[in-house]
Order: sequence, then structure tokens, then C-alpha cells
Amino acid sequence: MMQLRITENVHNWLFSVMPEGVASIVEMVLIAVVYLTIFAVAGLFLVLLERRVAAWFQLRIGPNRVGPQGLLQTMADAIKLLTKELTGTERADKFLYNLAPYFVIITALMALAVIPFSAEFHAFDINIGLFFLIAISSIGVIGILLGGWSSNNKYSLIGAMRSGVQTISYELSVGLSLLTMVVITGSLQLSEIIEIQKSGWLILQGHIPAVIAFMIFMISGTAETNRAPFDMVEAESELGAGFHTEYSGMKFAYFFLAEFINMFIISAIAATVFFGGWLSPFGITESIPELGVFWFLLKTMALVFLMMWFRWTFPRLRVDQLLTLEWKYLLPINLVNIVLMALLVWLNLTIRL
Amino acid sequence: MSYFSEIYKGIKTLLTGMSVTGKYFVTSRKGAITQQYPDNRDTLKMFDRFRGEVIMPHNEENEHRCTGCQKCEIACPNGTIEIIWDRGIDEATGKKKKKIDQFIYHLSMCTMCGLCIDVCPHDAIKWGQNFENSVYDRSTLTRVLNKPGSTLMQGVED
Repeated sequence: MMQLRITENVHNWLFSVMPEGVASIVEMVLIAVVYLTIFAVAGLFLVLLERRVAAWFQLRIGPNRVGPQGLLQTMADAIKLLTKELTGTERADKFLYNLAPYFVIITALMALAVIPFSAEFHAFDINIGLFFLIAISSIGVIGILLGGWSSNNKYSLIGAMRSGVQTISYELSVGLSLLTMVVITGSLQLSEIIEIQKSGWLILQGHIPAVIAFMIFMISGTAETNRAPFDMVEAESELGAGFHTEYSGMKFAYFFLAEFINMFIISAIAATVFFGGWLSPFGITESIPELGVFWFLLKTMALVFLMMWFRWTFPRLRVDQLLTLEWKYLLPINLVNIVLMALLVWLNLTIRL
Repeated sequence: MSYFSEIYKGIKTLLTGMSVTGKYFVTSRKGAITQQYPDNRDTLKMFDRFRGEVIMPHNEENEHRCTGCQKCEIACPNGTIEIIWDRGIDEATGKKKKKIDQFIYHLSMCTMCGLCIDVCPHDAIKWGQNFENSVYDRSTLTRVLNKPGSTLMQGVED
């Protein structure tokens, strides 16, 4: 549970005025509300950031009319989407069609709960944190498959099937590259992984194999979130909008937000596992633990920017190129990399400050 | 070994691409190509090759270069140009000579194909860069290009 000083006071106060059972339920609801707020704000902010960054990459200006520097643009878009009619296709599988967006958004939220924002701001610190993240992030694809299948639209179905192919392939690389780092840490618990990095971030500790693992993780993470250059799931020029062609209004917005939150989650995992999460560089602000959130968000945003850089630089891959990249390049390199990392740890060649 | 050199080449080309877009990202503030249109209406200048409308330039003595040969009227695929002409006495030679009365241009029918301008033997008509052509009454889109009282420039036909 969250143990920030403010929340600790709230925690004590709740348990003093209510019976224990009620108080713990109220606390859970409060935490859920906080995380939903983070979810919405982060999603809207990332959409805006993406649009501005894309504009700068393309020598444009981007949205700058609604609010100062266009800060309220995505808010206005969200309100517009809320007021729009929810349409659907004839003979769509109504139940699955309505269920699909929630699959996507709930898995994104569940993944968010495991991520340590700072030493105390960490809703759910389980001992299999990394494993949980890998497992949860692959459930999201079920939502995409359901959405594509139930829409009764050939483009949606093709998009969904491509998503299935892509996620099943790249899941391996995501898992194995994180496993490479687990060889060093010896723990799947995210708080412990960060604890170990107090003697140097893992990308330094593991040097060569860690850098390779990081590169593989960023590539396969980009593929996992279905972003360009791996956005064959949406592929505007081929499939309309891919799996969410038939969605409108708020259901479309759920898919859209979840995509951006997934990007945030992948970057957050990378920041936590490779770059020390909320730890400050060389421990310069170790005496001020409140700055942990700042460092965490700074590292995450830098990696988010890297993913945006990918998106606005590289052209989309073909399906066969995508599979070649995964099965002929990333996977064998990854397997060799794990052995290399194991050797490094065995011979005690890791760098510790 | 080509496996590893391919990986090396792949990473190198990807980084080259990223450096190009990265440079754009850094310099985008100076080099933004976006025109924030109604705000910069006073300073906005369209580029020279922009095809906004057909114009007929006149010089200071209110003279144009159109001889009324009607080549543009024939070249136009959709009847945008209509030339109403007349015969007048040429002052220099005293002979009867063709001259234009009204060069009528229907902007509403023009597809900006440029055939009239290509075919004009005396460069009498040119592309204008005006693009603000929305009006409430479409009859205002029918224009007479030669100014009232204008005459043919000397020496155009030589």
C-alpha cells in the first residue's frame, strides 16, 4: 500500500474513525481513484506530447490554440469523444464488442499498479512484480483480438490477427530481455530490483549484455505496444484504423488512451529495470526522497521520447520483415545474451560502484 | 559473417535516420513550415509558382500585352476564357486591326490547368498568387481582366 507521509496520515485517520474492514475498503477505493486519475491525466498528457513532438519532428507547430501552448487540446478532444454517439456495426457480436475496450484498459491499469513511482508511492509491491508485468501486458492483446473479431469487419479482423502474430512473437523478446537483467538482480520484485541498483544502475552493472538487452527491450516493447514502425495493427494506409475501425466515441478513446498508457508502462519498466527507477543519478538527491517521483518521471519521459522518435523516423515494416526481425535476429541474439550475462555474473565481472 | 555485418549495417542506417529527424526536431522552432493563416495575413506571401488565378498585368500607362489572338480561348478546355473583340483603326499604320474589348475570365470554372498561359504568344496573362477567392455571390468570380480604357502595349506584335 502507498506509504507517502500524507497517505500515511490518511491511513491512520481512516483506521481511527472506522472499523478495520470498512477502513481498508475505503482505502482501496481511494487508491483506485488516485490511480484512475493518474491514468487519465497521463494518457491525455501523452497524447498531447505525442502530437507536439510529432509536429516538431515534421517541422510543424502542432496544436497550440486550445489553452496556453495547446495544453487543453486533448482535454477538449476527450470531452468531444464523450459526447459522441456510440455506433456499432450490424450483426456485430455485441457482448464481445462492448467488452473488448475494457480488457485493454483494465490490463493497462493493472500493470500501472505494480510500477514503483517512488520508494513509497507503490500501490502493489508483489514478489513476482516483473513476471506479473510481462503476463499482464500480454493480456491486452486479447482485447484487441476480441475487438477486431467482434466488429464484423474485415479490416478489423486483419488488424487483430496481425496484432496476435506480433504480440506472440515479440512477447518472447520482452520476456527474455528482462530475464537477462533478472540474472543480475536475482529477484523479480521491483522494489528489490531498485534496491540493488543503489550500487550502480543495471545498465552500468551489466555493461555490454545490459546494453544489448536494453536495445532489444526497446525494440520489442515498441512492437508490443503496436506503435510505428510496428503499427501494422492499425496501418492507416492499409486497414482504415485496424482493429478499432468500428469503434466510436468513448470506446475508441479507451483504446486510444490504453495505447498511450502502454507506451508509458513499457518506458517505465525500462526505466525501472535498466536506469534505476526513482533513484537519482549517483545518489545526488538521496537525502530528499520526495524527488523520487521526479527522477522516475524524467527517465520514463526520456524513454517515451525515444519511442516517439522511433515512430516519426522509421517506415512501417511488412509482416514478413517483422517476423524475420524477431525470429532471426532478436531471439537468437537474446538467447546468446542471456548466456553471456550468466557468464558475467558467474565470473563476477559486473561493475559495482 | 554477413549476418553480423547486416546487423551492423541495419543499426547504422537506423541511427542515420534518427539523426536526420533529430536535427529537424532541434531546429523545428526556426524552420517550421506551418503558416498560422489568419494571424499572419498581412505578412503571408504565396510562393511564385502558386496558381491562384489568371491575371493580366498592366504597366503604368495602363497598357497590356494582349493582342486578342484568342489562342487562350481555344486552348481552354472548359470555356473559362471569353474574349469580346472589335476592329479599330491602328494609329500608326491607319489600317483596321483586331483589338480586345473585354477579356472575360470565369474563375469559378477555371481548373488552374495553365494551358492558356502556356499558349499565350505574348505573355499577356500570368498566374496571380491571390488565394482568398471565397465570395458570397458567384457572379463576382466572373472578372474582366483588362482594365477599362487600357490599350495594347507598343511593339508587342513585332
